[in-house]
Amino acid sequence: MKTDTLQQLINARQAKEPVTLITDLETGQSWISAPTDLDEDHGIYPSDLREEARRALSQDKPLIIERGQNTYFLNPFNPPLRLIVVGAVHIAQPLCQMAAISGYAVTLIDPRTAFATDQRFPDVEIITDWPDEAIRNLKPDSRTSVVTLTHDPKLDDPALDAALRSHPFYIGALGSRKTHAARLKRLAALGHEAAALEKISGPVGLDIGSKSPAEIALSILAEMTCVLRKNKLHEEGNAGGENDGA
Amino acid sequence: MTPISDDILQQALQWKRQGQGVALATVIQTWGSAPRPAGAQLAVNDSGAFSGSVSGGCIEGEVVERALDIIKAGGTQLCEFGISNTRAWETGLACGGTLKIFIEFVD
Repeated sequence: MKTDTLQQLINARQAKEPVTLITDLETGQSWISAPTDLDEDHGIYPSDLREEARRALSQDKPLIIERGQNTYFLNPFNPPLRLIVVGAVHIAQPLCQMAAISGYAVTLIDPRTAFATDQRFPDVEIITDWPDEAIRNLKPDSRTSVVTLTHDPKLDDPALDAALRSHPFYIGALGSRKTHAARLKRLAALGHEAAALEKISGPVGLDIGSKSPAEIALSILAEMTCVLRKNKLHEEGNAGGENDGA
Repeated sequence: MTPISDDILQQALQWKRQGQGVALATVIQTWGSAPRPAGAQLAVNDSGAFSGSVSGGCIEGEVVERALDIIKAGGTQLCEFGISNTRAWETGLACGGTLKIFIEFVD
């Protein structure tokens, strides 16, 4: 690989642009293919590889493609998974760190500037807008997770309302079963169907007996991972989660 | 907070900018039980330091050795590790999987 190609790949990652690294396994030549590239940009490798490069990105899995004598390896580099945390509370501190280690780009939302400080959350991107506005602007997609931790309906409800109107792969809400039941009623009154509300995991997290904020963060991250990788919210024996944050 | 998965590529580029020889190993294909999926990467510099992984640690030593040869000679190498490969068996892929790894010089 040329150093220039490596630099190009890193630039695309930093700009959060999805790209596929195409490598000819025979010659070692490699190219960066972006879904936005025009046809004329790539006279250099078989043009139908552009379509395959897009497919690798949408599946988020590498592909091996044979073309004549050549074998190409298509390695997709999607923008990082995102985690949007609402509530700059104690649990958010380990959660932001653990999520970053797990490959998430983390954004923290809390309009309460006494909570959302750089000192409490070094290196975390902090937004102090109201949660619904902030989440609308962030446009959660199928590679985004939203977790509400404030336990305050005036902050959590607008966040969950906005999250339900977008398409994150995971939505979790801290709060006891009782709190969650009341929350679901309020969200239903805002026009959300029962089937949509089932997408919210509450009480948030897998039941691993968590006590400390770090352990609760771990159970949330574990549940997010389960939904991301197995597409399952409620596993046998884990139904309903356990972190009520009471 | 930025995810840490970019570190491997950034590390490779940083070594390169510092004037060190660098090779990049990428998992191309896996069969059976393999701890790291296709696409996983390992960057190696000419002093044998490495970042990232291509297995659960079972074959990294062997891959680093081959990467050092690539850094000296240039070019690329496609190698297979697993039960069918006696040398890799010595290295010990305890999980019983087989994997194909592409090692390339960063020039």
